[in-house]
Amino acid sequence: MVEIKNLHKSFGKVNVLQGIDLAIDEPGIIAILGPNGSGKTTLIKSILGMVIPQKGDILIDGKHILGEWNYRNEISYMPQIANFPQNLRVQELINMIKNLRAETTLDQALIQQFGLEPFLDKKLGNLSGGTRQKVNIVLTFMFDSPLIILDEPTTGLDPVALIYLKELIRREKERGKTILVTTHIMNLVEEIADKVVFLLDGNIYFNGTVAALEEQTGQSDLERAIAEILRNK
Amino acid sequence: MLKILKYSFFDLMRSRWSYIYFFFYLILGYVLFFLNNDVSKAVITLLNIIIVLTPLIGTIFGVMYYYSSREFTELLLSQPLKRSTIFIGQYLGVALSLSLSLVIGLGIPFVAYGVMRSGAIWDFTSLLVTGSFLTFIFVALAYNIALSFNDKIKGFGFAILMWLFMAVVYDGIIMLLMMKYQDYPLDKFALGAMMFNPIDLSRVLILLKLDISALLGYTGAVFQQFFGTSMGMVISMAVLSLWVLIPVWRIRRVAGKKDF
Amino acid sequence: MNRTIFILLFPLLVNSLLAKEIVVCTTCEVTNIQEAINRANAHDAIIIKAGTYLENNITIDKPLVIKGEQGAIVDGQSKDGIFLVAADSVTISGLTINNVGRSHTKDNAGIKTLNVRHFLFENNTFNNPFFAFHIQKSKRGVIRDNIIHGNAIDEFDSGNGIHMWHCSNIEVLDNKVDHMRDGIYFEFVKHSKVEGNESRFNIRYGLHFMFSNNDEYTHNLFENNGAGVAVMFSKYIFMKNNTFRLNWGSASYGLLLKEIYDAEIKHNTFEKNTIGISADGSTRVNVEENDFINNGWAIKFLGACYSNKFLRNNFVSNSFGIAYKGTLNSNIFDKNFWSEYVGYDLNHDGTGDVPFRPVKLFSYVVNKTPETIVLLRSLFVDIINFSEKVSPIFTPDALKDEHPSMKRIAW
Repeated sequence: MVEIKNLHKSFGKVNVLQGIDLAIDEPGIIAILGPNGSGKTTLIKSILGMVIPQKGDILIDGKHILGEWNYRNEISYMPQIANFPQNLRVQELINMIKNLRAETTLDQALIQQFGLEPFLDKKLGNLSGGTRQKVNIVLTFMFDSPLIILDEPTTGLDPVALIYLKELIRREKERGKTILVTTHIMNLVEEIADKVVFLLDGNIYFNGTVAALEEQTGQSDLERAIAEILRNK
Repeated sequence: MLKILKYSFFDLMRSRWSYIYFFFYLILGYVLFFLNNDVSKAVITLLNIIIVLTPLIGTIFGVMYYYSSREFTELLLSQPLKRSTIFIGQYLGVALSLSLSLVIGLGIPFVAYGVMRSGAIWDFTSLLVTGSFLTFIFVALAYNIALSFNDKIKGFGFAILMWLFMAVVYDGIIMLLMMKYQDYPLDKFALGAMMFNPIDLSRVLILLKLDISALLGYTGAVFQQFFGTSMGMVISMAVLSLWVLIPVWRIRRVAGKKDF
Repeated sequence: MNRTIFILLFPLLVNSLLAKEIVVCTTCEVTNIQEAINRANAHDAIIIKAGTYLENNITIDKPLVIKGEQGAIVDGQSKDGIFLVAADSVTISGLTINNVGRSHTKDNAGIKTLNVRHFLFENNTFNNPFFAFHIQKSKRGVIRDNIIHGNAIDEFDSGNGIHMWHCSNIEVLDNKVDHMRDGIYFEFVKHSKVEGNESRFNIRYGLHFMFSNNDEYTHNLFENNGAGVAVMFSKYIFMKNNTFRLNWGSASYGLLLKEIYDAEIKHNTFEKNTIGISADGSTRVNVEENDFINNGWAIKFLGACYSNKFLRNNFVSNSFGIAYKGTLNSNIFDKNFWSEYVGYDLNHDGTGDVPFRPVKLFSYVVNKTPETIVLLRSLFVDIINFSEKVSPIFTPDALKDEHPSMKRIAW
C-alpha cells in the first residue's frame, strides 16, 4: 500500500527525517508515535506531497508520488489544526470540497451523527474549536478513500464526539482501509492501533504491535513503554 | 484552477475589505466627477491616487490573503489538486476581485456622469487598465514575498518596504542619479529606469495621454521616438505584461518547491 | 442734396462706365494674361475664363481688376514668379495660382508687389507657391479669403505664405495657410491688422513678427505649426482672441515673445502646446484673461522680463505652470485661476485666502536636468514639491499669486 524508501528531509540545519524506511502492506490502523519534533507530521506531509523530501522515494500502490497529484484521490487527510476560511459557511465548505474532489452522499450521515445541522449556515470563523474539528472529521470521512491519514484527530473533541470518532475509525478499518494516526493520547493507541511506528530523532525506532513494544521495553502499558524509551535514549 | 479562482474570488468579494475598497472608489469617483465637474482634473487626481493606492492595496491584500488562508491552502494541498492550480487560482482570485472593485467602483460614477459626452473616456479607460495592471503586478509580487517568508510579520514588513521603494524611494534615487550625471546624455537611462519599476511604467503610460505636450519638449531623439510615436505605448504595455508574467512564473516555481 | 452728390460723383461714374472688360480664354482673341494687360487701359477689368495659363512674370503696370472665373488656373511650371504688381489700385481675385519656382537668390512669389498702394487680393488659391504673397514697401492693401497650400519640407528651401516687408496699413483677413515656412511673416510692418486667419502645419511659425510696431492680430487660429507665433523686436502689438493649439516639439511654443515692449495679450486660448508663452526679454506686456489649458508649460521665462502683468488668466491642467531661467524680476501674477490650487476661501469672496506659488521645485529640477521629466506626477515629485511649498529654498519666494481665484474666470 504505502512504501517509503530512505526518506531524508531537513529544514535548514534541522534534519527532521534521516532515512526513513517504512512499508505498510496490510490494512489496519497504524499509530505513528514519537516525541515533539520527531518528524511525525513531516512524514505524513511527505506522503501527502505537502513536504518535498531531499532524498528518498515514496510509492503508493507501487506508483511514485513525488511531483504527482492524482494519487491524492486515494487519500483522506485530516489536518492537525482545523483552520478554514473565515467567511465561508460550513455547508459551503463541504460543497466546495465535494466540488473539488468528487460527489458523495456520505456527508449527510456524518453531519447528523456529529450534530452539525444547526451549524451548517454558520460562518466557520464563528465556530468553536471543537465544532471546527467536527467539520474537519466530516470533510475527512465523507470520501471513501483506501488510505486515511489523521493528524491529532482528537484535539478539542468532547467525549461523545470522541466515541463517535473511534467508532468511525473502527468501521473504516473493518472496511479494509489503511489508517495512519498520529496522536499523543496513548489510551487511544492502545484501544485502536494494530501497529505502532515509533519515530525518534528522524529515524524509526520501533515498528510493530503495541504488545511487542511493551514486551521489548518490559513495561506493562504503552505510556510507560514510551517513557522508558525516551529515558534510555 | 477555475474552481479555486472562483472560491478565492467569492471569498474575497464577501469580505468587509472588498466592500470598503469598492465603496472607497465609488465615493471617490462621485466626489471627483460631481463636485469637480472637470473631467480632466478628475483624471489627474485619479492618476495620483491610482498610481499610489492600487499597488499598496494589491500588496497588502496579496500578503494578507496568503497568510490568512495558509491553513486553508494546506487543506487544498492535501486534495487531489496540482500546486500551481491552487496558487495561481488564489492569486487570480485576489487580483481579479481587487481589479473589479476598482473598475466597477470608478466605472459607475463615470458612466453615471456620462461616458459619451466626455472626451476623457480614453484617458479614463487607460487609467483603469493601468490600475488593473498594477493590481495584478503587485498582488503577484506580494505573493512572491509571502511565499518566501514563513513569518507573517517579516513578510508583511518586507512587502510594505517593497511598495515604499517602488512608489517613492526608487524615483528619488533615479532623480538624484540623473542630477548628479546631468552632463551625460540621459534619455536612454531615464526611459530604461522607468521600465524597471511598474509604478513608473504605468505613470509613463498615463503621461503619454495627459502630458504629451510637455514630454515632447525635450530634444533627445530617443525621447522623441518613444513619446512621439506609438512606440512608447507599445513598449510600455509589453513591459507591463512582463511585470505580470515574470512574478506569476516565479509563484509557480516557488510554490512547486515549497514545504507546507 | 441728391443732385449734389451725383455731380460730385459724376467723374468717377463716368470713369467706371468708360472702363472696358477684356476677356481672356484659350479660344478667345486674347489667350494670354500679359497680353490682355498690355492691351488694357488703366481701370479696365480683365476676366480670365476657365483654363490653364502657363505664364511667368506677368507684370501689372497700371491699375486693373484681374478676375478669375471658376477654373481659371495660372501655372508657373515651377519657373520664376507669376504676378508682379507694379501699380497702385490693383485687384486680383478668384484665380488659382500654381507652382511658383523655388529659388535661393530671388524671392519668387505668386503675387509680388513693390511700392504700391490700395491693392486688393482676394479669393485666390495657391498651390505649391514658393512665396504666395510677397509684399514689399506697400501700403493700404487688403489680402483676404485666400487659400495657400505649400509643401515646405526644409526651412532653408521654402518661403512664406504671406510675406510683408516695410509695409503699413495692410489688412490680412480670413486667409488659410498651411505647409509653408512661416504662414504669415511681418518685417518692418506698421499699423496693420491680421484677423480671422488659419495658419496650420507651417514648418517654422504660424505668424512671425520682426521689427514691426503698432500691429494687431485677432481671432486667428495657429495650429500644429513648428511654433505658433513669434513676435520679435516689436512694440505695441495687440494680440486678442487668438487660438494657439497643438504647437508641439522640443522648444516649441504657442507664442514666443522676444524683445517685446508694451504689448497686450488678451482673451487668447493656449491649448496643448509644449510651451504656452515663451518669454525671452519682454517688458510691460499685459497678459490678461487668457486660457492656458493642457500645455506642457503655461509660461516659460527665459530671462530679461520686466514689469509684465499676468491678470485674471485661467491656468488649467498644465504639466507645469510657470518655469523660469535666471532671475524673476518685477513681474506680477494676480487674480488668476490655477486649477491645481488647493487653498481655501473662508470668507467666500471667490478669492483664495492663501497665495498660490506657480513655480514648483520639480520645474526647477527639470530646467537643470531635462530628462527628469519622466518622473512627472510621481509621488516622489509630489513630496519634494510639497516640502518646497512649505519652506521655499530653491523657488523664488516673491513669485506668487496673492489673490488666486477659486473659480475659473469667465471672459
